[in-house]
Amino acid sequence: MNALKSLLHFVVLPVLLIALWWFTTRDGANFFVPQPGPLVDAFVEVWLGEGFRNDVVPSVARLFAALAISIALGISLGVLIGSVEWVRSLLSPMLEFVRAVPSTIIIPVLLLVIGINDTMKVTLIVLGCIWPVLLNTVKGVASIDGVQVDTGRVYGLSGLVRLRYLVLPAAAPQIFAGIRQSLAVGLVLMVTSEMFASTDGIGYATINFQNRIAIPEMWSGIVLLGLIGVAMSVLFQIVQSRVLGWYVGLKESAK
Amino acid sequence: MSVSQHDLALAQVQPRIARPRIATRAKGPVVLGALGILGFLLTWELFSRLGPVDPHYLPPPSLVLPQFFTNFTYTDFWVAIAQTMRAWAIGLTVAVASAVVVGVVIGSSDFLRRATHSTIEFLRPIPAVALIPVAALLYGPELQAELLIIVYACFWLVLVQVLYGVADVDNVARDTALVMQMNFLQRVRHLVFPTLLPYLMTGVRLAAVVALILAVGVELIVGTPGLGQKVALAQINDANVQMYSLILASGVLGMAVNGVMTVIERKSLFWHESVRGGKS
Repeated sequence: MNALKSLLHFVVLPVLLIALWWFTTRDGANFFVPQPGPLVDAFVEVWLGEGFRNDVVPSVARLFAALAISIALGISLGVLIGSVEWVRSLLSPMLEFVRAVPSTIIIPVLLLVIGINDTMKVTLIVLGCIWPVLLNTVKGVASIDGVQVDTGRVYGLSGLVRLRYLVLPAAAPQIFAGIRQSLAVGLVLMVTSEMFASTDGIGYATINFQNRIAIPEMWSGIVLLGLIGVAMSVLFQIVQSRVLGWYVGLKESAK
Repeated sequence: MSVSQHDLALAQVQPRIARPRIATRAKGPVVLGALGILGFLLTWELFSRLGPVDPHYLPPPSLVLPQFFTNFTYTDFWVAIAQTMRAWAIGLTVAVASAVVVGVVIGSSDFLRRATHSTIEFLRPIPAVALIPVAALLYGPELQAELLIIVYACFWLVLVQVLYGVADVDNVARDTALVMQMNFLQRVRHLVFPTLLPYLMTGVRLAAVVALILAVGVELIVGTPGLGQKVALAQINDANVQMYSLILASGVLGMAVNGVMTVIERKSLFWHESVRGGKS
């Protein structure tokens, strides 16, 4: 009964909204809003055939490569900067400034320095995504509980063991908050870079449809980007609940 | 649970381990920080003059910095800043106001909260930039195009924080309000709002940064007038020194936005334990 109830809660509003959409567009009155049927047709036709290999795969590959680089680089640099106080003081103002530059504005620069290719897009996404991870790691590492630090010292933890069992777990909640922000930023930059200058990718294809006033095709690109966003968010939550399960449990029991 | 444990998107999973740090002579960090910036400028200068990249594409700071300051004397530079900030301010205000109203209404009802959960979780991760084609098609290079994108992105950011905040109302306080027979508005004012405010301010601070990124992004792609459009123009016209100086300006703008939002957050939460530094 309870399961049925939560299922109802899950599906009723989406179904209502789709019904409303279908109902208001059934005579095709609004030029800008496609009907559900043609939209689904366009989606299948555009993205599941040729488009999958030509646009979806390059986009997603670039995004994931860049995210992997950002996370690895962000955490390692963050641990380094966070553990050494004078390095932190030396670099913090600099990092705060670089981070404050709206990341979309770097696109023309990279276009100039690197040109229109995959390296430019991956670099751009890394330049945007690394900051939340890096700065949160710095914050997390710098604010490890004093008792934990002392306990670690008493047990003689040092080097990699200390990193693995003390520093990373203690900073993990902060790091994950950073990664979550990075995912959203990464998707934004992937799309923007492809819309601004590209020869392939979902963003490129979508803005192309807009220029050709191919309305259902354009909307299908937006739907695809939405689905990717949702998929990434779900994936993140699964990973987070695995890695951070102990922490959430701790919080629950402390309530 | 203490309300001081809120920050960023991971509101429910956020540690705040306050460890009083012994201040190593107050001047130390400032000097080091200044050294860091100097070091960066020096590296940039050397990289540009000796490095592998053509200095035409990466002009040294000795050219960019003077241009950066010269910009301050041009009217159209300030006009571009004003245009960007106007879109930022209107978009942010509309998004925050609507998110607070919707969030409080949904958050106050268990039924609404559960019924809207799946829809919100689906609409939220959709990147707002995906809507740029729609905005461009509907409005062209106009202010509304920018607003559509900014409002869409910021609305969800703030809404989720508001929902967290409303959910965090203390049970005893809630029961007390019931016993005192407060009506809906009284409960919103005295019960929900104080619990909500820290979460809301976090959401607003994040949204302020996102709004600026998107304002510039839309200007870049759609060509709405503003700082982003000026950068795109400088790039097309091969005015690279100008382009870099404008990017510096955008960084300063970003820091200003961040700084102002942090101050507002601290001022509006002066009574809150996370600001007063008390332990919960």
